[in-house]
Formats: sequence, C-alpha cells, structure tokens
Amino acid sequence: MENGTVIVQSEDQVIQHEAENVRTPLLEFWRKFKKQRMAMIASSFILLLFVVALIGPFIAPYSAVEPDYNNILSPPSMEHLAGTDAFGRDIFSRIIEGTRISLFVGLSSVFVGAVVGTVLGLISGFYGGRLDSIIMRFCDVLFAFPGILLAIGIIAILGPGLGNVIIAVAIFGIPTFARIVRSSTLAIKATVYVESARSIGAPAKRIIWKHIFPGTISSIIVYFTMRIGTSILTAASLSFLGLGAQPPSPEWGAMLSSGRDFLNTAPHVTFFPGLAIFITVLAFNLLGDGLRDALDPKMKD
Amino acid sequence: MFRYIVRRLLGIVPTLLIVSIFIFLFVHMIPGDPARLVAGPDASYQDVELVRQELGLDKPLVSQYFTYISNLAQADLGTSMKTKRPVFDEIAARFMPTFWLTVWSMAWAIVFGLLIGVISATKRNKWQDYTGMFSAVSGISLPSFWLGLMLIQLFSVQLGWFPTGGNESWTGYILPSITLGAGVAAVIARFTRSSLMDILREDYIRTGRAKGLKENVVVWKHALKNAMIPVVTMTGLQFGFLLGGSIVVETVFSWPGLGRLLIDSVSFRDYPVIQAEMLLFALEFILINLIVDILYGVMNPQIRYE
Repeated sequence: MENGTVIVQSEDQVIQHEAENVRTPLLEFWRKFKKQRMAMIASSFILLLFVVALIGPFIAPYSAVEPDYNNILSPPSMEHLAGTDAFGRDIFSRIIEGTRISLFVGLSSVFVGAVVGTVLGLISGFYGGRLDSIIMRFCDVLFAFPGILLAIGIIAILGPGLGNVIIAVAIFGIPTFARIVRSSTLAIKATVYVESARSIGAPAKRIIWKHIFPGTISSIIVYFTMRIGTSILTAASLSFLGLGAQPPSPEWGAMLSSGRDFLNTAPHVTFFPGLAIFITVLAFNLLGDGLRDALDPKMKD
Repeated sequence: MFRYIVRRLLGIVPTLLIVSIFIFLFVHMIPGDPARLVAGPDASYQDVELVRQELGLDKPLVSQYFTYISNLAQADLGTSMKTKRPVFDEIAARFMPTFWLTVWSMAWAIVFGLLIGVISATKRNKWQDYTGMFSAVSGISLPSFWLGLMLIQLFSVQLGWFPTGGNESWTGYILPSITLGAGVAAVIARFTRSSLMDILREDYIRTGRAKGLKENVVVWKHALKNAMIPVVTMTGLQFGFLLGGSIVVETVFSWPGLGRLLIDSVSFRDYPVIQAEMLLFALEFILINLIVDILYGVMNPQIRYE
C-alpha cells in the first residue's frame, strides 16, 4: 500500500470507476497522509490499542484483580512479562485491562470538550457582537487557570473519582476548541459562498451547519487527536495525585502511583505503567502531527 | 508605547473581575453547606451557626463578595482549616521554592529548546532534524511524574548523585527542574523550528547569503531575531504550563512548594487554602500573559498600532 506504484494504480481505478471522484478531499488527504511514515506507524499502533481495549480481558494472561500472594513484587520474567505488583498481580495483564480505561477517559473527555467548544466557537464567530464577547470572556477565565490547575479545582469541588476526572478534563478542553473553531468560523464567514448563501436567504442555522461547520472540521480533527494525548496524560496525572481512579483499578496512573513505595526494590512496578502511558500519548501526538501536516499545512504547533 | 501598556493593563480588568468572582464562588459550588464543611462533621448545630456568622455566610452573596475583595486587599486570605494558621503565611512560606524551581526549569528549557529548534531548522530533513523533532514530540508525551520517578531511580537510588527529594542543597534542584522543563523545552524546540523555517525563506535572508555573510551570522543574527517574536509569546505561555506542572513534579520530589501544598489541601479539603492557591496561580498566569503581551509589542512595533 505504501510504495509509489500502488498510488498510481489506485488513482487509475478511481478514474475508471468513479470519474467524478478523482480528487475528493478525502483522497487528497489520504495521498498526503500516506507519505508520513511516523503517523502511519502511530495509527497502526492506535488501532492495536483499540483492539486491545475491546478484547483486553480475553487476551490478558492473568486476572487483573485477583491477588497472588506467592508472587509478590517479582521482577519481569517469562511468566510475568512486566513482573508483578505488591499484591502479586501480573502487571502486564493489568496494563492490558487499563488500556480500556485510558482510551475511554481520553476519548470521552475530549469528545465532550470538543462538542461544547465547537458549538460555542461557531456561535461566537458567526453572531459576533455581545454574544461573542461573553463567550470569549468565559474562555479567558477558563484559560486563566494554567494547565492541570483547573482540573484540580473542579475535582476539589466534585470530589475525587474517574467520572469527575472526565468532567474536569472535558471542561479544561472547551476554551481551546472554542477559540480554534471561532477563528476558522470568522475566516469562512468572510468567503463568497457564505455571502451568496446569505443573499439567497438561507437561515442562519443552515449557513452554520451546512456551510461553515464543514470548513472547520479539519482543524477540529487535528486538535481532537492532539488533545487525546494531553487528556490521557492529564487524567493519568490526576490519578497519580490520588484524585482520579482509586488503587484497585488498573488505571495506569493509579498503578504507577501505587508502585512509588517500592521504587527502590521493585522499579518495574512504576516503569511499565508509565511506559504504557508514554507510548500511547506519543502515538496520539504523532498521529496529530501527521494529520496536521496532511489536512492543514498552514496550521502551526 | 505608554498608551499601549495602559490599554493592555485595562484589558485584564474584566478578566480579573470574573476570575475573582469565580474563585469567590468556589466555596459555594461545593455540594453541601460550606459552614458545616468548615466547622467539621462532628460540630453541633450551634457551632455551625457560629461559623456561619463568623464567615459571614449568612449575609447576601453580593455583600459577601465585597467582604472577600476588601479582605483580599488587606492580604487576608482566611485561616487554614488544617493548621489554623493564616493562609497568607502558609502560602508565603511555600512561594520561593516553587518560584526558583520554575525559574531553573524555564532557564534550561529555553537554552535546550532553542538549540534543538535552530539545529532542526537549519538541518531540515536531515538526521539532526529527525532526532531533534522525535525527541521533542517524546518530550511532550512524557508523563512528568514517570520521568521524575525514573530519574530518581537512576540518579539518586542507583548512582547516588542527587538527593531523592527536598530542596536543602542546590543539587536538589537538578532532577526536579529537568523533569519540569522537559515538556517546555520540547514545545520551544518545535516552535522555534517552524518559526525559523518560515523566516529562512524570506528575501532578506537570501540577500544576506548573497552578499557573502557567513551562514552562522545569517541564522543566529538575522533570522533568529525575527523568528523569536512568536517564540517569546509561546515561551511566556509555557510559564502557565510550568505552574501547573509544578503541582505534579513537587509531589514526586517531596518539594516544599505551592503545588504540593495544593494537593495536600485538596486531600484534606482545606478549602481556604485551595481557594487562595487557585487565585494566586490565576493571578500569576494573567500577569505573565500581560508581560508577554507587552514584550510582544516592544519586539514587534506593528502590533502596537493596530
């Protein structure tokens, strides 16, 4: 699929079968995206992660929750690839089970943040005026709390727990999406086709969803992917701080945190969950970079 | 220039106002009765009512807000529920360790970030560029708590070079500031690279090369100067990231700073301290953004007159 001749073939086929689709945006995107080797590797890895998240419990060699007191803190071996923790549980199996949690937290929180942020950004950019300044002021306030602080503040109100982490991380993502969507909305609003839609009397709702929203999708997709990495990292940090998932859960941040007490004697308890977080976040960031280069070459970091 | 600064200063007033209202409402957003929270779960009804009057929670919300602001102006941030000491003293004692940690992290992040960024941009699509940019994306993806613990395991436990935590000697600063600065260095590197690459395409760079300037002079003197304008903004914004990141890193390295105080307070439900810390972090961040904005105007005269 990745060498030059195949590209020519596939384009030939397209010409033969669907002449009108020769240069659809999707094909154009695929042509550019395919060239980015790192992003291709990253997306295969993410695909694998999703498979693991779905069938995790069936492929895990050991139970993620059953303690085995004969095997406490044993180092990595052929039986236990990543060793065992303080309760003798197989760390590799726990990481496999934890994949589901991390992906779910990452995806759901970014999704909620993206939906709310996109709607706010569209309204803000399209209507302008007072509504715009209220929404942007609201974003400024959310932005005034640097990094993880806003999430910690929200957890302080709602109480610790994974559900509240999702809410906190979602709110944390709203202003970023709102600003990005607003700025693309402003650019698209000034185009001739929006002006013509308006002059033939299309209602605002139709203009927003049919004419403006599709134009903002590419930047939303790029930021969506990039935010997944950040969100998984933030959620893991909160669990590490004891504000997210609580100990028996095989959430990666919580696993890592419980290994801190054995750092001197059994560093593998902290090493492997951290490695899992790192590689997962890295994959989403590489995919985000690749998508950015393929979808929107003008967009910078 | 003066008018520009005044305009920027006035611009943050509404944000400050809303942020202060948000933080004031913080205690009221917690489910349950704040007076009972402050009084503790075993307090009698009379005690709770006493606390309510003491905190002014029986007065209307608006007058409570004005009391809050006037107390703020007198540096009265309330009393810690945990230690019963003034919150102001608690925070003041923790401020400097966090401040120095942030400064050291930023210092090395700027040096390494710029260096990697410039090398990547000038050696575009060569191995130096690929290595630099792969390290940068890794730096962004590294969980800081994991990096910190691995550095402790390697350099403190195995090699015994540095202490595992605390800030008693200057060696205690090395591992935490590396941990905290890694993400920022990565962001600066990426941003420097893309900004410098844009500038290197400009006509005046070609002119410089054509008139026989050394490549080093072209890059470091002519190109970097202009490439720095967006980099400065980005770097300033990363201070916010450091403030947030210090919360995690201080927990890893048992650092006696504001971040660890915040986490301790959250687990103890010490709301006056949480409230004060949120305010302090937000103020710092708004202030830094203001300084960055003004610096941006100083560096790029076009902006000032828009």
